[in-house]
Amino acid sequence: MSATGKGWRDLPRGAVIEDAGNAREYLTGDWRTERPVWDEEKCINCFFCWVYCPDAAIIVKDGKVRGVDYAHCKGCGICAAECPKRVQAFTMVKEADAAAAEAKAKAEAAEKGGCC
Amino acid sequence: MAKRVALTGNEAVALAMKQINPDVIAAYPITPQTDVVQYFSSFVSDGQVSTELVRVESEHSAMSATIGASAAGARSMTATSSQGLALMHEMLHIASSYRLPIVMPVVNRALSGPINIHCDHSDSMNARDTGWLHLYCENTQEAYDNTFIAMRIAEHPEVLTPVMVCYDGFIISHALENLMIEDDELIHKFVGEYNPSRFLLDLERPYTVGPLALYDYYFEIKRQQAEVMFHAKDVVAAVSAEYGKLTGRNYGFFETYKLDDAELGIIVIGSTAGTARGAVDQLRAKGIKAGLLKLRMFRPVPREEIIAEIGHLKALAVLDRADSYGGFGGPLFSEVRSWLYGADAQPPVVNFVYGLGGRDVVIPDIITVYQYLDKLARKQVPLELVQYLGVRE
Repeated sequence: MSATGKGWRDLPRGAVIEDAGNAREYLTGDWRTERPVWDEEKCINCFFCWVYCPDAAIIVKDGKVRGVDYAHCKGCGICAAECPKRVQAFTMVKEADAAAAEAKAKAEAAEKGGCC
Repeated sequence: MAKRVALTGNEAVALAMKQINPDVIAAYPITPQTDVVQYFSSFVSDGQVSTELVRVESEHSAMSATIGASAAGARSMTATSSQGLALMHEMLHIASSYRLPIVMPVVNRALSGPINIHCDHSDSMNARDTGWLHLYCENTQEAYDNTFIAMRIAEHPEVLTPVMVCYDGFIISHALENLMIEDDELIHKFVGEYNPSRFLLDLERPYTVGPLALYDYYFEIKRQQAEVMFHAKDVVAAVSAEYGKLTGRNYGFFETYKLDDAELGIIVIGSTAGTARGAVDQLRAKGIKAGLLKLRMFRPVPREEIIAEIGHLKALAVLDRADSYGGFGGPLFSEVRSWLYGADAQPPVVNFVYGLGGRDVVIPDIITVYQYLDKLARKQVPLELVQYLGVRE
């Protein structure tokens, strides 16, 4: 059973979503089995990834690519496929491996007493 | 002033749709469609209605376009039958889950194969669990009246759920019958304007219809649909009573005939109720206490109300014009028998599946059902739960 969220009496009729522009609230990052890891050094800011990303999950600020919105990225790999062959700024890694590496880095940082 | 005219069931329903003058009708213009939409298209061509008639390439598209129009805020209808209803099937669930007040006359006809175009209830019984309300009619008058009543029920704020108005193929749809038709003015007053609280073409208040709802929300939305049917029952009663006041024609969830003091009873849906009434009269003339319950509303089903009517019987037969292959008799029978489990009074109840593919059912056939019940009540025959009436052995 899903314990969170509104009960059937409080939900709007017919599953309508009453406010417009709500896709942002639906986090789809946990659908991902592969994660695109972006290399700032290699990126030439051609924005192909930004154009093709079906989830608007490429973060662009001040005219430059800044990374991937992992809360929404479903890991489809289109960014990596569209990134020009000579650039290859995206590497697709297994989500489980990436998560394990992240956890390890976090633990090491904590041991050193450094701030996260 | 209301006036008496002779019309076929399809003409009467097309006239009802003309008097409702919906914003949109989407329909597929050829078989398995009936001539309801053909008659309606002439009203459109002659400028007698302001309806946008959308001609689509299939019944699946007919229901899809009707759903789209209804979600956009239009009073929307379509009509279908048999294979057409089957082809719409997946969209029927969409219409009810979106809570769209669509009204659809359904001419009850057999499902192929073998290829058949004649009356039985396999098509709408197949759509039993689609979340639509189901009203069944005995004759042309009821088909005409229920079309208006259905519109008001569907659009009621506490219901907002689509309604099928089911009537027997050929027996009602194509046979000429006398009926009372009402003035446009009275109908307009009764049906009223359709003002949805929210609709897709409301550019000031955009919203989303038909989103994804997985294990996190789907169940709650379905629970709402289960709940709305309970409220719908009261609305059906209230709207039908209001129509009764205006026209003098009153419709309950069902109609009983000589059932109060009956010892032998049958439950039946649709035009066969008329035949059964004739059988009851013949048996009563011979002193046999026969009675009848004709069900009008199958979804939501008026369970408690029916139980209260049948407890005193010595034997009861449920007549189904549809079968559930490998199940426990026809759909109505398996429900009625299940309601009686745990009821205070439990008369023996049996099932007669009859009339599939338009197999004619006449008064002597119904009398054989009562004769069996009579013997069953006297324990002269074994309890045979599911029987087939009028099939060649």
